[in-house]
This record gives sequence, structure tokens and C-alpha cells, in this order.
Amino acid sequence: MAAQPTARRSIAPSTAAWIQGAFLVVIALISLVPLLAIFVGTFQDGNEVIRRGMTFDVDLGALSLDNYVLLLTDSGPYFRWFANTLLLTVAQVAGTLLVSSFVAYGFAMYEFRTKTLWFVMVLLVMTVPFEMLMLPLYVQVNDMGLADTYTVIALPFLASAVTIFFFRQYFLGIPKEIIEAGRVDGVSEFGIFFRLVLPITRPAMAAMAILNGMLCWNNFLWPLLVLRSPEKFTLPIGLNTLLTPYGNNYELLIIGAFFSLIPVLILFLAFQRAFIEGITAGAVKG
Amino acid sequence: MKQLLYSKKLAPYLFILPFLVTLAVFWVVPLGRSFVMSTQEVLYGQATFIGLGNYERLWGDRIFWQALFNSLRYMVLTLVLLVPIPLALAALVNSNIGSARIKGFFKASMFVPALTSVVVAGIVFRLIFAESDSAMMNQVVEFFGFGPVRWLRSDLTGLVALLAIALWRWAGVNMMYFLAGMQAIPTEYYEAASIDGANKFRQFIHITIPNIKPTVVYVVTISIYGGLSMFLESFMLYAGNNSPNNQGLTVVGYLYRKGIEENDLGFASAVGVVLLVVVMTLNISYLVASGTFKKEAA
Repeated sequence: MAAQPTARRSIAPSTAAWIQGAFLVVIALISLVPLLAIFVGTFQDGNEVIRRGMTFDVDLGALSLDNYVLLLTDSGPYFRWFANTLLLTVAQVAGTLLVSSFVAYGFAMYEFRTKTLWFVMVLLVMTVPFEMLMLPLYVQVNDMGLADTYTVIALPFLASAVTIFFFRQYFLGIPKEIIEAGRVDGVSEFGIFFRLVLPITRPAMAAMAILNGMLCWNNFLWPLLVLRSPEKFTLPIGLNTLLTPYGNNYELLIIGAFFSLIPVLILFLAFQRAFIEGITAGAVKG
Repeated sequence: MKQLLYSKKLAPYLFILPFLVTLAVFWVVPLGRSFVMSTQEVLYGQATFIGLGNYERLWGDRIFWQALFNSLRYMVLTLVLLVPIPLALAALVNSNIGSARIKGFFKASMFVPALTSVVVAGIVFRLIFAESDSAMMNQVVEFFGFGPVRWLRSDLTGLVALLAIALWRWAGVNMMYFLAGMQAIPTEYYEAASIDGANKFRQFIHITIPNIKPTVVYVVTISIYGGLSMFLESFMLYAGNNSPNNQGLTVVGYLYRKGIEENDLGFASAVGVVLLVVVMTLNISYLVASGTFKKEAA
């Protein structure tokens, strides 16, 4: 925390600190209410929650573990969605980190004629929201015969502009001597990247793994367009199918939504710093 | 092959090749097709050139104007909420009074909502803003002597729910952006100012704000395009792309309806082109007005 000198005389520091602390705690609790509500909801009757909404007026006597029993014993699709999402997330994150760091290295370590042009393209891609691309991209992948595959969910986003931008910043801070030493030792340009540079990129990898991991885990719009077969559904797609007015699976909706948060929450509690660094990465001054 | 691996001239192009291929296959070609399709009537895979026909249809389409109005309104209101509030919270957390523990708890609690998917956020907020008088938001307004309100049935209260989702999910992230900017300001600036007799408020206006301007510009830019391209929040809140009198319909929602649901690709492409032009115009004018390009040229 950057210490700033105070010239405060009017209010005693302890009183000011007390008011500030109370204010921050109240705002923090308000911010947590929706998550607490869904947690409490996992112990309530699903149809009741859908009918009456989430409430402060919880009937403590009616809480039960029925939903947990249902989730763990049900042969329904939930854990299939969970496994699909996990598989897709791991594969897509690994691919994104590899491809994007590879591209970023080219931008950071070499001088070449059209470099500025292509880097401006990276920045441009960063500022075009996916929503504008979704329709033509959807038509494109249908024509390419790639609809309903995991490949097409990941492929357009492996060279991710934000990730490239972040890695480039990181590589710019690596001493060029390492590279020169590699060249003197007769290592190829790609050998230098894979054997000398990648191993010292771990902090940047962690931040970007978290950012991309979260984006993949929560990815909704593109998979919604691409996926057709129920056995390929991911968590957000599957949960969305439970939210129909004619649903008979509302128990699974609430507890399923809650369980989909757990992996992300655990990672957040374990790696708070890397999370915040990763998600605020875009604001790094260029 | 060996020459290829060792060539310093060729290496950079090989490194950036994956990006160039992605750019060509998944950006330039689809966007180009989008422009072409917007001048066509596409029916069952048969494309007929109709010039500006789709744009004329768009001009006279009341629902399109409503969707554009909804998107613009949402964008402006998210800007009004999601810049000043996170800025004030960041200033509060960055001040040298107060316990570091409480601030840590506060930052974590504000940040957690950004981890939720739009699906989960939509489900929870749909249930918080439910119609029954025992739903959370109705209990809150009842406490102040109003309600119960049928939130998602009318335009303005539905908008409140949408803004609540945006504020809940993004206030913490924007606060973190501003906080990172504030912590990069050298403390000497504040020392000098307080020697000159500037109080806290004047220090905030004359030192903090000018020094975090790049961060503010960044947050405003992403809020403009994020606001204008909003779709999923509404899609989840209303449990689908249909809301009463299209009150939750945005430009992207309309694009989705026309292009994906009704397969009217030519017309939907025209919607997409208009949206792209609006977003780019707004963002570029904002960046010019804020002097961002000037600084980079210098």
C-alpha cells in the first residue's frame, strides 16, 4: 500500500479508519450476497427457489442435503459437462499459452520491416468485441465443416491478442544477453525460445494461465453457437439448458451453478495475486 | 532446414505466423464476408446482390432502433456507474488510513464476482429480482416502503436488474485497474503537494486523476465497446432472447435473433456492420478527444 502523507487534523485518524473500515466491510458483504444466496440455495428445494426467488427470509427448518444427494447419485449429465469443461479448458489454455507466447516472442525480440503494422493489428483485434465477429465466424466454421467440435471452440483463439500483448511486455524485460549467449553457443532461434526463454517465463505463464483458464471455464457465447450434441455440452451450456420455463430439474440448476464456481474459487483463494495480475493484464501501459 | 532454423531474418515471421494465419482465417475473411453478405439477400445458401437493400430495411426497422437505443442507454449508464464508483472505492482503499486486513478482505470480496460466468450471474440475479414478494430485491424495496415490484416485466426496472449485474461483476475489476494506476504514482508528488498546503481532495483532483489518466482512458474504452456489445447478460436475465416488448433487446441480441435464430444472414450482417461502425466511431472519437494518439506520436 502506497503510504501517502496526511495533513488530516479535523477527524482523529482512528475515527476515520473506523468509519472507513465499517464502510468497506458493508460494501464487501453486499458484494458477497449473491454468492451466499446461491450457496444457501443449494440446501433449499429447487422448485421453491425458482418459484419464490432467492430470499433473505430463509426457512432454516426446510434446509436439507437432498440436492447434494441428488447431484452425487444422479446419473444425469452434470459430471459429464464438468469433465468436458475441464478437458476443453486444459487443452485450450495449454494451446493458448504456447501459441501466444511463441508469437509474442517474435514481436518482442526481433526488428523487422512490417513489425509495427502487425502489432497494430494485434491491438486492433483486442478492441473488436467477439460479438461482432460471431455471425461471420459461425458461417465460416459451418462452411469449413467444423461445427460441433471442440477444435473450433479453441482454434480461433489460440493466438489470443491480450495474451500476446502481455507476453510481449514480459519478454521485453528479459536481458538480450541470454539470447546472444544462446546464439554464440549455436542454439537455433527456436531452440533459444523453447530452451532458454520459456523456462524463465513462469510468472507470466501463471498469470495468463489463470486469465485464460477462467475465460475458457466460463466461455458461453461461442460454444452456444458451435455445440449441437448434448454429450459435448460444457457447464455453462448445460446449465443454460436447465433454465427453461418447463424445466423439471431446478434442483440441479442451483447446485450445479454453485459447483461450477468451486474450482475457480479455490484457485482464486490459492493464487489471489496471479489472478488479479492476470485479469487486470489489459490495463498494463503499452 | 537447418538454415531456416538459424536464420535471424526469417525467424520473426515464423514466430508471428500463427497470429497472421489466425488474423487471415478467423478475422479478415469473416469480417470481409460480413460486409459482402450485408449487401446480399441470403436465402437457403442462395445469395443475391441487393446493394444497400438491407441497410434501407434497417433504417425503417423500428425494432432495430429500439435495440440500438437500448444498447446506447446501457452503455452510457454503465459508464456513469462503472467509472466514478470504482474510482472512489480505489481512492478509499489506497488511502493510508484503515486496516490492511479489512482492505484485503474488501478487495477479494469485490473481485470474486468477476470470476463467475455470465450464466451463473444471470441465474442468481434472475432469482434475486424475482417477482414474488419474498424475493431479495422485493424485500429490500419493501423495507423502504415500496413494492413488491415485478422487476422483469417493465422496461426501467428490468434495466435496473441489468445494471445491477454489470455493477456487481465489474466494479471490483475496474477498482483494481484504478488501484494499480494509483499505486504507481510516486509518493513524493503527494508530499510536495501537502507541503504546499493542498488538502486530500485537491490532491486527488490535481495529482491522482491526471496521473491515472491512461487507466481511465483504458477503462472508458473497454466500457464503451463492452456496453454496446452487451447481449448475454440480457439473454440470461430474461432466460432467452425474448423480453416483454423487447425491453431487453440489444443490437447484438437483434443480430443473434436475425442471424442465428431466423437465419436472415444478409440483414443480420448489416446489423453487425452498423454496430462495428458505431463502436469504432465512438471509440476513435473518444481516443482522439482524450489525446491518446497525440501522446503516442510524440
